[in-house]
Amino acid sequence: MMNVVASLLAAALIAATGCASANESGVRLDPAPVRRLDVDSLQRGARNFVNYCLNCHGAQYMRYNRLTDLGLTEDQIRDNLMFPTDKIGSTMTAAMSKADAAAWFGTPPPDLSVEARVRGADWLYSYLVGFYRDEKSVTGWNNLVFPNVVMPHVLWHLSGAQKLVKTEYEDQEKAEAGAIAARGLALAEPVADGKWTVKTLAQDTPGEMSAIEYKAFVADLVNFLDYIAEPVRNDRIMIGIVVMIYLGLLFALVYALKRSYWKDIH
Amino acid sequence: MAEAFFGYLLPWGQMSYWGAQVIVNLFSAVPVIGDDLGTWIRGDYTISDVTLNRFFAFHVAAVPLVLLILVVVHLMALHDVGSNNPDGIEIKDLKDPTTGHPVDGIPFHPYYTVKDLVGVVVFLAFFSMAVFFWPDVGGYFLEANNFIPANPLQTPEHIAPVWYFTPYYAMLRAVPSFLNSQFWGVLVMGAAVVILFFLPWLDRGRVKSIRYRGIGYKAWLAAFVVSFLILGYLGTVPITIWGQFGSMLGHADRATVAARVLTIVYFLFFILMPWYTARDTTKPVPVRLT
Repeated sequence: MMNVVASLLAAALIAATGCASANESGVRLDPAPVRRLDVDSLQRGARNFVNYCLNCHGAQYMRYNRLTDLGLTEDQIRDNLMFPTDKIGSTMTAAMSKADAAAWFGTPPPDLSVEARVRGADWLYSYLVGFYRDEKSVTGWNNLVFPNVVMPHVLWHLSGAQKLVKTEYEDQEKAEAGAIAARGLALAEPVADGKWTVKTLAQDTPGEMSAIEYKAFVADLVNFLDYIAEPVRNDRIMIGIVVMIYLGLLFALVYALKRSYWKDIH
Repeated sequence: MAEAFFGYLLPWGQMSYWGAQVIVNLFSAVPVIGDDLGTWIRGDYTISDVTLNRFFAFHVAAVPLVLLILVVVHLMALHDVGSNNPDGIEIKDLKDPTTGHPVDGIPFHPYYTVKDLVGVVVFLAFFSMAVFFWPDVGGYFLEANNFIPANPLQTPEHIAPVWYFTPYYAMLRAVPSFLNSQFWGVLVMGAAVVILFFLPWLDRGRVKSIRYRGIGYKAWLAAFVVSFLILGYLGTVPITIWGQFGSMLGHADRATVAARVLTIVYFLFFILMPWYTARDTTKPVPVRLT
């Protein structure tokens, strides 16, 4: 038994040393306010996803009728969230064909079923609030989190346009402090002569939503993406709690049994 | 290790695909027959459906059968020689003259079945914690990259092996190429595993239990454990992690040099074992269990 415990501890040690940073480009991400138990937020997220994302991005591992998890009835799903050609048991596939996508964008938009597990919710949230105007790019938009991304800023009429703000610092240390002080999305990068600049974003022209409303909109959307990446998460945690209670009781029992059998040994 | 390797291809994600690519390429590094050996393992010129099918068969049928047979052999051996004890005493040397049973012996059942139940429950507790509360274990059990479907045309930026292979991966990376061949790294990595099988002959200690062993063995064991853990860490990170040495040492990567030194320590633990276990001063072993 001690060997089992020791090897598990060793495994935990190895796992704990050096957790790879989620984000290798050095951008300080804006943390996503993911609320897994907030059904209202998840429903709004589903609406946002269907209205704004599903034309190009599919969620091929997700079925429409699974959305009953979110407190919706099948009729509500059929009336509000589905293309008329789909059946309630269909997977959420994109309207755009892969061949068209490749012709129009150079590369088909990724399927978003498990994107939250590939990139992480913080990355998705930062990405969606990270678009800014850039006249030099093909789409007229660029992104602080994903530079030169081919996806256009499809939510621009909601968010309005942001512009890039560069602040120069003397060295790396000061730049990193500046990036932390920005309290949100910020990218510290070296420029010539050992100097560093910190890139942040600022609102340029207003959209239909205020900045706060837009962030709430994106938060709901990311919450939904995080949900479809693992729809059973809340269930598994609930089952886990029951299992741990059971194992706790079982441990007390088997330990007492062992003590009782071994009491005349030694 | 074989079971883990064959199973890891099955989710068919980016890490599965490129991990299998790396490991099959280890066999392709064998001189002369390498390329053909690689093709033979894959059943194709690249990792493909054929490879996936045969790895599935190995993972769910062939290797588990081998494991079952090994379990049977283990039980037969256990039945024959009996269990060891924490004092490392041969309990069969001292038998009860009337019954013929060893005086310090206890039956496997119920004593060990009951005791092992406790161990099983503790293991299940850790196992369930991972399964129910933290299945990806911070990207070490389920890697983020493996949620992207396998794509032969796109190599991931950073191919890291799963955590339990990282010490060996660090060794593989640390060995320099020699005579235009990368095969030496593969050889060292293989030897690092195979050498474990020689332990019964390498250990010349007069006592079995660590309780009565001398300082030499304990010190070497500690060095070995530390090397293994640091190698495990180095296997998960890029070799540039600790920066470079100055021009005196030819700007070598510090992490690579460290991995080389630790690999040597790993092997010295085994190679010097006959020497340091034989000259160690050991404490006297009691006649009866303490």
